[in-house]
Amino acid sequence: MSANAKDLRNPLKRARGFGSAQSGVGHWWTQRVTAVALILLGLWFVFTVLSLLHADYATARAAVAKPWNALLLILFVVTMFWHAVLGLQVVIEDYVHTRWKEVVLLVAIKFLAVLGALAGVLAVLRIALGV
Amino acid sequence: MADTRRPLSPHIQIYKWQVQMVTSILHRATGIALAVGTLVVVWGLLALAAGEAAFDQFKVCMGSPLGLILLVGWSWALFYHLCNGIRHLLQDTGAGYAIPQFVRSSWLSVIVSLVLVVIVWACVLTCGGAA
Repeated sequence: MSANAKDLRNPLKRARGFGSAQSGVGHWWTQRVTAVALILLGLWFVFTVLSLLHADYATARAAVAKPWNALLLILFVVTMFWHAVLGLQVVIEDYVHTRWKEVVLLVAIKFLAVLGALAGVLAVLRIALGV
Repeated sequence: MADTRRPLSPHIQIYKWQVQMVTSILHRATGIALAVGTLVVVWGLLALAAGEAAFDQFKVCMGSPLGLILLVGWSWALFYHLCNGIRHLLQDTGAGYAIPQFVRSSWLSVIVSLVLVVIVWACVLTCGGAA
């Protein structure tokens, strides 16, 4: 170890000479903010689905087309995928130790999440706008 | 080189199982399950936007035995992740880290999530039929 006891940095880090990545707390904080949003949106989603259990197609479509429902559904879909990516990212970083597999998975979940979120939003917009 | 002679944690097999370990592992496991479940939410929205035939097909799939088993599983995963997520948010404020409180809140997450699943499926069944 370093002879300088006051220097708490890992010697490998000092040798590489990089600073911090500057975004460490951003992931943690965004995960919490999306979590709080999903408490509200998730409960609303469960209630909405339960209220539409035996609705026929036209009733279900009309319910989703209501402006507030459409807005909250879009928020729910986007927040849900955002929170999922943040969580899956940590799981992959923790358990996938082969670097190229880790990077491939990290990119793949982001692609899938954006695809899923946009597909969901487009579907809600089609229903809400009647196209 | 970094000093790699750090103490290692004992192998998991010689740990006595504790509820805190279970809640931590379940939080990840249910998170992964819910990430897969996001795709079903999008499937439902796409089917609703596509037309009555597509939505009927979605309802038949979700109402099949396999679909219902998955829906029960996802509903429990959602409620567990919700309850334990709220627990983690409270712990993020620095509260509840004394061991007896930590154990109690762990059990609370598990028990409340099970109660919520029973309530929701009781609602579904009393409404007559499912999905």
